[in-house]
Amino acid sequence: MSFWRNVIAITWKDALSQMRTKELVSSVLVFTLLVIVIFNFAFGASQETMRLVAPGILWVTFAFAGVLSLNHSFILEKEEGCLEGLMVCPISREVIYVGKMLGSLLFMLIIEAIALPIFAFLFNLILSLQLVVITVLTTVGFVAVGTLFSALAVNTRAREMVLPILFLPIVVPIIICAVRASGLALSGEPWGSLSSWLQIIGAFDVIFLVVSFLIFAFVIEE
Amino acid sequence: MKQSHVFRSGLLGLSFILLVVALYLIFIYVPTEKTMGIVQRIFYFHVPVAWVAFLAFFIVFLGSILYLWKRQSKWDVIASSSAEVGIVFTTLVLITGSIWAKPIWGVWWTWDARLTTSLVLWLIYVAYLIVRSYATEEQRGARFAAIVGIVGFIDVPIVALAITLWRTQHPGPVIFQGGLAPPMLLTLLVCLAAFTTLYCLLLIQRVSMKNDEGEIKRLKELCSWGCD
Repeated sequence: MSFWRNVIAITWKDALSQMRTKELVSSVLVFTLLVIVIFNFAFGASQETMRLVAPGILWVTFAFAGVLSLNHSFILEKEEGCLEGLMVCPISREVIYVGKMLGSLLFMLIIEAIALPIFAFLFNLILSLQLVVITVLTTVGFVAVGTLFSALAVNTRAREMVLPILFLPIVVPIIICAVRASGLALSGEPWGSLSSWLQIIGAFDVIFLVVSFLIFAFVIEE
Repeated sequence: MKQSHVFRSGLLGLSFILLVVALYLIFIYVPTEKTMGIVQRIFYFHVPVAWVAFLAFFIVFLGSILYLWKRQSKWDVIASSSAEVGIVFTTLVLITGSIWAKPIWGVWWTWDARLTTSLVLWLIYVAYLIVRSYATEEQRGARFAAIVGIVGFIDVPIVALAITLWRTQHPGPVIFQGGLAPPMLLTLLVCLAAFTTLYCLLLIQRVSMKNDEGEIKRLKELCSWGCD
């Protein structure tokens, strides 16, 4: 039980520091909005094309927002020397991983909870429960891999550059699935036709939560 | 030292002979395929190269696990050498694939399942090398690269699955229906052997080069320390 108490302490610390400054939330939100607006120019604003490219726009936006916020997740720790503090704590490395992962998950879900309605409003789309489920599942996959790579990238030289180079090719499968499933969901298909996509996203989530959990200790060794 | 040299020369000779035999089989022995014509002969090059690329990344995966587990730098040297060879072979897969695709499908590139998977694979292992070069110290770079080597390889089947499902929504081009004719199978098998031997040779060569580099670095450090 103390495992989860420690995890929640770390997640709470992240949430608290985000709530105090609100810096990151607002900048990531503005960034998300900007990406959506710029895509609108890139594809022309006709109703037909928008319906076609909307799922793609949504997931490119969320992937970029994910990179941005995951990058920050460990840079803050590093700059204030907080990571060293966490590492001398009598807790296992896995606790740090789960705590940071949940913190990033919470953060990204808040961003998405605000961005999704705006997205639906701007593109004249109807939000469904399906889209919410797809978003949550895919975001879990993002942060499962992203937290591992963020901790890794922060210890390299060009740290802001390294995360997207690592993160984006690895999450290709769930981006494909999320785009496809969102497309189906937006055109009002039933759950059954989404299931094979959701299964792959679910499998990705489980596999990489386990793998990252197991090898996280090797990232922040010293 | 001497023994490994003899072994390497043997391997060099063997891969040379096998490659010459492979060339003979591809261009003279094997009959031309009925529907695709002469261009289909690139198949005997393309498939073994793809196999070697995959083998190379599997070795990266094993080497990475062993490095994290045992912490002996020899595993890291093997993994990183194999990654380099693997990237070269994946590049060849993409190039030969495009050359084959142009006359048959009419385009250089199509977002076909296998092509796209190869491209993603290539990107993952380029990231593997980039991470290593961006690390502040060598050991840390080795550790980070090992993590990418493990995560990347586990990702490959999921990538293949997702992309296949994504593409099979559209009618895909059929490459082969039914089995291969015996002469074609023989040619393919010889080519597979030739390229696998070539891979072993390249890997061993690269590993010994890296070991020498490490040795020179160590001697240099020793020397500069002695001079001061």
